[in-house]
Amino acid sequence: MSILDTIQQTAAGVVAKLRPDAPPDRLIGRKHGSIGTSLPRIDGPRKVRGEARFAAEVPAAGLTYAALLHSTIARGRIATLDTAAAAQAPGVVLIMTHENAPRLKPPAAFMSDPRAAGASDLPVMQDATIHWNGEPVAVVLAETQEQADHAKSLIVATYEAEPARLSFAQAATRSRQPESVLGEPAIIRIGDAEAALAGAAFQVDLTFHTPRHSHAAIEPHAATVWWEGDRLVIHDATQMLHQTRWTLAGIFGITEEKIRIHSPFVGGGFGGKGLWSHQILAIAASKLAGRPVRMALSREGVFRVAGGRTTTTQRVALGANADGTLAALIHTGTVAMTTHNNCPEQFTFPARHLYAAGSFLLEQRVADMDMLANTFMRAPGESIGTFALETALDELAEAMRLDPIELRRRLEPEQDPTSGHAFSSRHMLAAFEAGAERFGWSQRNPVPRGRREGEWLIGMGVAAATYPYYRMLGGAARVTITRDGYARVATAGHEMGMGTATVQAQAGADRLGLPVEHVTFEYGDTALPAGTVAGGSSQTVSIAAAVAAASAKLIAELLTLAGNDSPLAGLSAGEVEARDGGLGHPEQADRFESYVSILTRAGREEVSAEADAPQPVETQRYSMHSYGAQFCEVRVSAVTGEVRVSRFLGSFDTGRILNPRMAASQFRGGIIMGLGLALMEETEFDERSGRIMNPSLAEYHVPVHLDVPDIEVIWTDIADPHAPLGAHGIGEIGITGVGAAVANAIHNATGRRVRDLPITLDKLL
Amino acid sequence: MTPLSFARAADTAAAIGLAGAPGARYLGGGTNLVDLMRETIERPQALVDVTGLGSAIEDQADGGLMIGAAARNTAIAEHRSVRTRYPALSRAILAGASGQIRNMATLGGNLMQRTRCTYFYDDAAGCNKRAPGAGCDAIDGFNRIHAILGASPACVATHPSDLCVALAALDAIVHVEGPAGARSLELVELHRLPGGRPDIETVLAPGELITAVELPALALAARSTYRKVRDRSSYAFALISVAAALEVAEDGTIGDVRLALGGVAHKPWRARMAEAALRGGPATRSSFLAAAEAELVDAAPLSHNGFKVELARRTIVAVLGELAGDAA
Repeated sequence: MSILDTIQQTAAGVVAKLRPDAPPDRLIGRKHGSIGTSLPRIDGPRKVRGEARFAAEVPAAGLTYAALLHSTIARGRIATLDTAAAAQAPGVVLIMTHENAPRLKPPAAFMSDPRAAGASDLPVMQDATIHWNGEPVAVVLAETQEQADHAKSLIVATYEAEPARLSFAQAATRSRQPESVLGEPAIIRIGDAEAALAGAAFQVDLTFHTPRHSHAAIEPHAATVWWEGDRLVIHDATQMLHQTRWTLAGIFGITEEKIRIHSPFVGGGFGGKGLWSHQILAIAASKLAGRPVRMALSREGVFRVAGGRTTTTQRVALGANADGTLAALIHTGTVAMTTHNNCPEQFTFPARHLYAAGSFLLEQRVADMDMLANTFMRAPGESIGTFALETALDELAEAMRLDPIELRRRLEPEQDPTSGHAFSSRHMLAAFEAGAERFGWSQRNPVPRGRREGEWLIGMGVAAATYPYYRMLGGAARVTITRDGYARVATAGHEMGMGTATVQAQAGADRLGLPVEHVTFEYGDTALPAGTVAGGSSQTVSIAAAVAAASAKLIAELLTLAGNDSPLAGLSAGEVEARDGGLGHPEQADRFESYVSILTRAGREEVSAEADAPQPVETQRYSMHSYGAQFCEVRVSAVTGEVRVSRFLGSFDTGRILNPRMAASQFRGGIIMGLGLALMEETEFDERSGRIMNPSLAEYHVPVHLDVPDIEVIWTDIADPHAPLGAHGIGEIGITGVGAAVANAIHNATGRRVRDLPITLDKLL
Repeated sequence: MTPLSFARAADTAAAIGLAGAPGARYLGGGTNLVDLMRETIERPQALVDVTGLGSAIEDQADGGLMIGAAARNTAIAEHRSVRTRYPALSRAILAGASGQIRNMATLGGNLMQRTRCTYFYDDAAGCNKRAPGAGCDAIDGFNRIHAILGASPACVATHPSDLCVALAALDAIVHVEGPAGARSLELVELHRLPGGRPDIETVLAPGELITAVELPALALAARSTYRKVRDRSSYAFALISVAAALEVAEDGTIGDVRLALGGVAHKPWRARMAEAALRGGPATRSSFLAAAEAELVDAAPLSHNGFKVELARRTIVAVLGELAGDAA
């Protein structure tokens, strides 16, 4: 059962529109539209000029500024909280603690309901209980941020600590199997994989470890909030507008209609910009103070309040037959999680779909710890799952003296190896071959340590990239045509820098047969028709499906308006297409009427239609995934173990590419984040205290410019006939496979295998 | 940030006078002190801005170089005399921080910067440097970046400066002025080892102000270099760094040598034992290795930083080998 099935089963009240045999989106074959062009970022000029207003920049009369005091123990109770000095500090408006915070219901945790956005279901500041080291214990509101920060530093908190589960190794000994992994089974057994492994001609059986990561988007989490009577206005940095609204309504006991959330610009989401405690605390404090509140987390605050990728220990065991096919594919392991969230880091997902094997054992377990709830972080699961799987595959290829790409040819499945479904669109080997040609893979010396320039050992590595195709349920869109021949496409979508606003304007233009400059894409506001979560690389097609549905409805209404005096008379909605600023018969050029003409004749200023997206049934019939091949060249100092990535190429098979400029940016960004995952990112979680010890960009290392070589990205651009626009989401696949491509290149350079991320120089000395 | 008074000093005497106020601190570029104030690790009651004081970089008649303490890092790194006569210093500065930070940071402030130990930065952690007597959570915690030489049971922090490592190798002299008058000391005597009082990091008396750093004439410094090893290509503190100058005679023996290490101790570490082992010996890889061993014989790594001993050994050998060129 997939995440989509789960959501469908729990999405009461949504009208099912099952169309399992729906024909392909007719825009797929269109050659001359805006889709496929490298339209520059529509929101770019406003961002460059500083005119784009982010959540922490929204002005408000009487604004107060918030500072958070974080707990310094992982589990226990607040014993005393002395706020007297802070209350006397200049500019202080309010100090909120569990003693005076409004009574709130706990958040509905993500996945508990398709409308839920809570990163955890822990109550927020409702009693003296401490659940993780860094949990907010007091909010200070003051007239300036500096006053709030200073007053916060004057609060003296003491605690009664209780024993906490802080050792991952110990917690893993008491691991449990989660009910599901994002709606899919936590364990898949096909055949007897252990027996097949034991009897296989070639075997690798390896253990991998991956660390915690913290979100480090350029924009720290922030919200500016105020109450207008019983109505609540929120300017948030979020990637789940409507889900946040529904969840906040439950927490504060008000109806959704009383809440409006704006989020037109988000400075990077990556899975981390959900509903955490800071927004809830800001709203509660605003209610108490009767004034607007700006809650802009410090960088440290982001590390302590908003979770990231969790730590894992993984086993990958591969048993191969002499002909290079797999007799057994085993991928199991344990992740750290909490009992109050549901994010089990789906690291076994790649192994469910990538390769044919005679038997499978895929199992995920979770180890409950007392820590900040972990969450989604760019390709949760797939990023680190491909590190383990694709490193293991490289080791198997080496053991079999096979080229790693040749090994993948022998493992190519005819249908999805675990679900049995047909693939909707799979051209992974084509991506490997195109990438190999472009990168010069044939120049690789298969013998490790075979190439050296001075003190630098040079090596090349390759790994598969993969990420599922998701389309989320619950999205709607409104399409409006105005008498001047312009259009507005509206849905509560999210622009976190991916290019959503640009690409959806392009898609809307082609859908309506208009030049792109005639189309405005409205988004980022819960007053618009419901959007879906901008997660799981699903937003582009989720919006496209809703816009297609609304456009079809609009076209029917336009035909009615056109009436019998139109060249369109007698044509049904299915017989016309949108083209050239109006509607027309696909073949008969004279049977055409422009929007301007239809609306003018009808005496209408505008005509509008709104519709829900149809259910995403395509993923029930087909195995739908994106693929890629990541090629890496590294130089490793034989003296110091320093690793420099000297070349990188990503070759992707992700359906139709809607805007090459935006796509290249997404792929490259993912790859850069993957270089961080491979070589330097690690949240230092002190298992004695549960404290994150490097909550700053000085000590939490992400790649700097010098760490990033020129990255070439290419793609198959083969449309998926079963996806809206023929497209797949591309926000996450870029990070997948990068860890393994780097690790495999390092092995090729040095002869060393490192199975413990990040691959810092000390592991190579 | 704690409320404080702020004054901009017109001259050195005024600065020293202003620094007599309770809880006063001198302020250079603010690239470290202001960060620490934001974290409430530092809570000065008064700041005395000394960025308007001497910042000249002047060639001396005896062949040395005098650098005003208010000189910006960028200005020093780009100065022709530094680049040609003391290239290790220029390279060390450029190996640190970012362009923007180097534009702000001053020489005096660089000497006075504080450790990047994460337990020092977190007021929830035990740290004898921040709160004497509170214990050291780094010794059994994340100590990958910590000291392997000269540490104490009270503190295993390292000094984070690159610039100071080059100064230590180049025999730099620090000029200070204070309420009791002016004096000079060797850079390598400025910083203390932690001992039982890691909160006391230098030998400066209260109110003493660094006014200049002098680089003595040193012919072999023209063939000096700096190599920094870290966790990413830029914008990270040194795991190990090596500043060195080497003079190899016609016969292939080492005439003179200067060697200092960064990332290993509570202070920039002048490697005098290695220097002694090298002087007069052959400029060969084996003598470089023996010298490194001599310097590191007392290394006492912690649970996560054992690699630093090997890394220091390798980096010393590589840097000396590079300076020796074909002679090695």
